[in-house]
Amino acid sequence: MKILVCIKQVPDLESRFKPDQAGVWFSDTDLAFRMNEYDEYAVEQAVRLKEQLGDAPELTVLSIGPDRVVEVIKKALAMGCDRAVHVQDPAAHLKDPWQIASIIAAYAKDQGFDLILTGMQSQDRGSAQVGVTVAEILGVPCATTLVGFSYDGGTVTAKRELEGGLKGVVKLKIPALVTCQLGLNTPRYPTLPNIMKAKKKEIAAVPVAELLKSEPLAITTSFHAPAKKGSGLVLEGDIADLVTRVIGILKEKTAVLR
Amino acid sequence: MKTLLIGEYREGKFLDSTYELFGFAAQLGAETSLFLVGSESTLPAGGAIYLADAASCGEYNPDLHKLLILDAVQRENPDYVVFLHSSYGWDLAPRVAAALKLAQVSEVIGVQDGVFEVGCCNGKMRRSVKPAGPKAVLTIQAGAFQGVQPTGALSVTKLSNDTASPMEFVGYEPAEAKGIDLARAEIIVSAGRGVGKKENVQIIAALAKALGGELGASRPVVDAEWVAHDHQVGTTGQTVAPKLYVACGISGAIQHLAGMKKSDFILAINKDKDAPIGEVADVLVVADLMQFVPALTAQLQK
Repeated sequence: MKILVCIKQVPDLESRFKPDQAGVWFSDTDLAFRMNEYDEYAVEQAVRLKEQLGDAPELTVLSIGPDRVVEVIKKALAMGCDRAVHVQDPAAHLKDPWQIASIIAAYAKDQGFDLILTGMQSQDRGSAQVGVTVAEILGVPCATTLVGFSYDGGTVTAKRELEGGLKGVVKLKIPALVTCQLGLNTPRYPTLPNIMKAKKKEIAAVPVAELLKSEPLAITTSFHAPAKKGSGLVLEGDIADLVTRVIGILKEKTAVLR
Repeated sequence: MKTLLIGEYREGKFLDSTYELFGFAAQLGAETSLFLVGSESTLPAGGAIYLADAASCGEYNPDLHKLLILDAVQRENPDYVVFLHSSYGWDLAPRVAAALKLAQVSEVIGVQDGVFEVGCCNGKMRRSVKPAGPKAVLTIQAGAFQGVQPTGALSVTKLSNDTASPMEFVGYEPAEAKGIDLARAEIIVSAGRGVGKKENVQIIAALAKALGGELGASRPVVDAEWVAHDHQVGTTGQTVAPKLYVACGISGAIQHLAGMKKSDFILAINKDKDAPIGEVADVLVVADLMQFVPALTAQLQK
């Protein structure tokens, strides 16, 4: 069995974002990067499946981006992936979801992956398109937004998260693709011995030009802060002073505090 | 301009969130037709509808629903195929976009002259996105457009397709039984990721108690099992509108905002002045939670 898990490196979302020079995405300066949270669940699920099947599956992790994405690739290897593919693309942030999906599909096409896992979306772009589009290009069934996953004899049973706490359960036969929602499992922290072992694992570098054959279907014309609605009051300063002011406001503006 | 709106239907019911699609189309000044895998017994009162029968097509059967939508697209030739950005929409829209080789623009919150405004960076920032061609597949953010009823006489065109599905829908699993009904609470004090660790949740719970309210939580706090699921506020938890909502260390992901932004008064406490919760808060206190919340609780208890 061959498994592929696709991951993205994203900035810490607590950061303050400033537009880059072209004004179409954020500037990398002063940002700390990490693995997209949704993808951590995908890596964990892939590693658990490998463990369930007695270590037999070969587990490949793929990431697209500039050299810094090797950091998240190393984390995935330390979590238990066997080998990695780094699709080298310093301009990945200028690609639309269709192109990113096309790159992944071009890589996966002849590799015979039985199962592909992705996050349901990225925390920074949040388009929620790439996983499903890869499945469409490859022509394999796809279930999205998984909060439950089990595998038995070539069939994946997927629990999809719907609205208001409702879940939908579907079964699909491999080859298949699934996209992972937060809370699917508890992603492990890499242990020191596993971090050391990961250093010996292969990271194959593939220039993006070898895989990218398609033009973008949409372009970002601007990246900017939301227009301030300006209705809310922002309070800063000394804690005791803030407490007094907030209680005053609550007494005045709400009926619940007397 | 023509739009094909993809309506939603679940557990035998037409979902009213579908009307938001008409609200979006009204803002564009576009003609509408509705596509629905549903039932003739629960339909909007008017408008042109392409209807496939959920009893035979299944409520969740994305490969088949895609083919049915492509059939409606061929008959209607719309400029935009519009979905809600929901578990149904984000699952299905990329399949339709890929089949039509069209751009998909996700989670649209506004539109002007064919350029779409979408949220990014967890709701903190915005992008303007322009499809390469005149046509596109869109998903619109829940709650971004006011729902409106379709106008004109009801006309139903039936669609069918018997292509076998590569997936088997097993069934629904209901939401876990609710221990508490947040929807009835007058005051909710919610803990977000900013509380840092499980032990700190009690500091937020103490404020809830001092105010005579219930404890709520955002998704990351529930996923980390710091707080039980029946306290979760947001699209995948409970939708609430109390008289006072206090958001403690909640950055304000779209899914959370959609679940609480109709509250009468929103007090947010966050160390990040730019957190998107500030967009809906009546008062944003920029402070360290672990200093401010205990001080507020102590003062309220006096």
